Amino acid sequence: MSSGDYFISSQAQRRKELLVNHASKTFTSAEGTAVRALDDVTLSVGLGEFFVMLGPSGCGKTTLLRSIAGLEVLDKGEIYLGDLALNPLPPYRRPVNTVFQSYALFPHLSVYENIAFGLRMDKMPRRLINARVYEMLELVQLADVGGRKPNQLSGGQQQRVALARALAKSPKVLLLDEPLSALDLKLRRGMQGELKRIQRETGITFVFVTHDQEEALSLGDQIAVFENGKPAQIGTPQEIYKHPVNRFVADFIGDTNFLDSTLDRGIVDIGAVPFQVESDHRGGKVTLAVRPENIFVTPNGKLAGTLTEFTYMGTDLRATVALSDGQTLRLRISPPFPELRPGGEVRLDIPPDAIAVVD
Amino acid sequence: MALNLAQHEQRALPKPGQLSGWFTTPAILLGLLFTLGPIVVITVFSFMSQPANGSGVDLIFSTKGYEQFLFQEDFYGNRGFDGRYLSAFWLSFVQAFFTTFASIAIAFPVAIWMATKTERTQNVLLMLVTIPFWTNLLVRTYAWIILLSEDGTVNTVLGWFGIEPQVLLYNSYATLISLIFSFLPFAILPMYSSLAGFDFRLAEAAYDLGARKLDVIRKILWPAVSGGVLSAIALCFVPAFGSYLQPVLLGGGKVLMVGNLIADQYGQARNWPFGAALSVIILALTLLGAWALLTWAKRSSTKVSLAV
Repeated sequence: MSSGDYFISSQAQRRKELLVNHASKTFTSAEGTAVRALDDVTLSVGLGEFFVMLGPSGCGKTTLLRSIAGLEVLDKGEIYLGDLALNPLPPYRRPVNTVFQSYALFPHLSVYENIAFGLRMDKMPRRLINARVYEMLELVQLADVGGRKPNQLSGGQQQRVALARALAKSPKVLLLDEPLSALDLKLRRGMQGELKRIQRETGITFVFVTHDQEEALSLGDQIAVFENGKPAQIGTPQEIYKHPVNRFVADFIGDTNFLDSTLDRGIVDIGAVPFQVESDHRGGKVTLAVRPENIFVTPNGKLAGTLTEFTYMGTDLRATVALSDGQTLRLRISPPFPELRPGGEVRLDIPPDAIAVVD
Repeated sequence: MALNLAQHEQRALPKPGQLSGWFTTPAILLGLLFTLGPIVVITVFSFMSQPANGSGVDLIFSTKGYEQFLFQEDFYGNRGFDGRYLSAFWLSFVQAFFTTFASIAIAFPVAIWMATKTERTQNVLLMLVTIPFWTNLLVRTYAWIILLSEDGTVNTVLGWFGIEPQVLLYNSYATLISLIFSFLPFAILPMYSSLAGFDFRLAEAAYDLGARKLDVIRKILWPAVSGGVLSAIALCFVPAFGSYLQPVLLGGGKVLMVGNLIADQYGQARNWPFGAALSVIILALTLLGAWALLTWAKRSSTKVSLAV
């Protein structure tokens, strides 16, 4: 690992809060075929952590979230919150709350009553409910809309109310099911920062489901990338981005060059030039993943190629380079920009820790 | 100028498939004629006087029809209070109340159950609910006679278990059963339609926030369906109140109810003004009830429609 990763906490050091143990769940689809939504999933979420479950639709992330909430029943496996086994408990007994993708605000109740709903279910004294609701409205910066009905609010405001409602009961774990997917890009960015702030202020463990890799990278302390009903990789954003364990993860997170190569005793070749890599893969034919921003144009780089095209993007230059073995590399060059000429030769360098062996 | 021309053209050439508003006039007139017409006739008749011989009305103003509802003149011309007709109203009210209450109590779980099915199943179920409408009410009511009579289906089945034949027919229970049977679809349909658009994810959210099943029904499901319940009340109660067929056929016509009371005035008693007055009284009570219902709905911001 490079020196830039010093602040990453290792899996072992985290105080575990939520533990999913060999969870499996099979659905029967409308056509009658069995779909394995969860395939023997085991993972743990640390106390006070912002844990993101990332993956394409149908990868099982939402099913796992609903299983933690108690809205789905697992076929096999257990879910523990500290020492408390969650599986046998109905949803209303679990100290977790959910922010739903559709918000699911009660349309006949005011914002105030929506937020108070869970507290009333807990038979909290009226005076305390009042204080708590205003505290929550304050937290999500909606102090002046308590009397309105959900349909009188904008999408972003509804989102905040859903958040306040779920947080009002001070859950041990807050589950968020693609909560920002209905918002436009600008609002989404704002809400991401907002969520991060609220998570820090409350110290509550967040489990956040999304299919947006940028969102996952910017929010998550830990990210679990789901593929076909189970996490393909769990790690910090840096780990996932820099050291994807397989092609799926490398492809799903960020922009990547995939290169066919052969591995022999820690040495791979790219365009007939040997590069050293850190990998526990056995030798033979492999696929390499190299991020476009990790390929540098330098006069004495050891890799030669032909510049086929480049585009000026303001903050960076996007270039495509053809290698001698016919493979192409996409580059993202930061300023100061080198002198480039289409059709000309460029010399490239790739730091060893930027090359990931993914297959 | 060009703009004016465009406007002119627009007026001269309506959009394809669009006709001028005047074309709806015949339909509106016809609608008014057949809805308001009978009400006007009945109201006018109720203020006329009973002819000395035969049926019909004499065109002489009289409020006797209304006076008869509460007062009776004895042989010597002394006016005294007469509670017979009020008690007929009260009996009808009680019967309509139980009919409506039972219909809604049965329809509520049925409507919820229907609304949670897939769309295809929902359409099939909806058709099943409306099947009774395909048969004449009279035939359906006679069917209950076959079921409930002394040697009818119910008693035959009871006989298999060694139970003596019971008298099931010609009492208010038989009337009530057939009334509930007749009005159940009118309760299911509006309640189902108010639930059909219900987002069952709201129930999940309520569970998630600590609500038990009963809380979910009371706090989340009920507010959604209450508009449909009000519609169901209106659709069941009013016709059940004035029902004629079931009390006569299954109740044996022994008890005086509003429906057969009015029918008698136009038939045997030949007292059209009184029959008309009774109808107007019912109409007024119904309007009062509808107004109360709508006022309440408005205040509690419940959506209600007084039709399916």
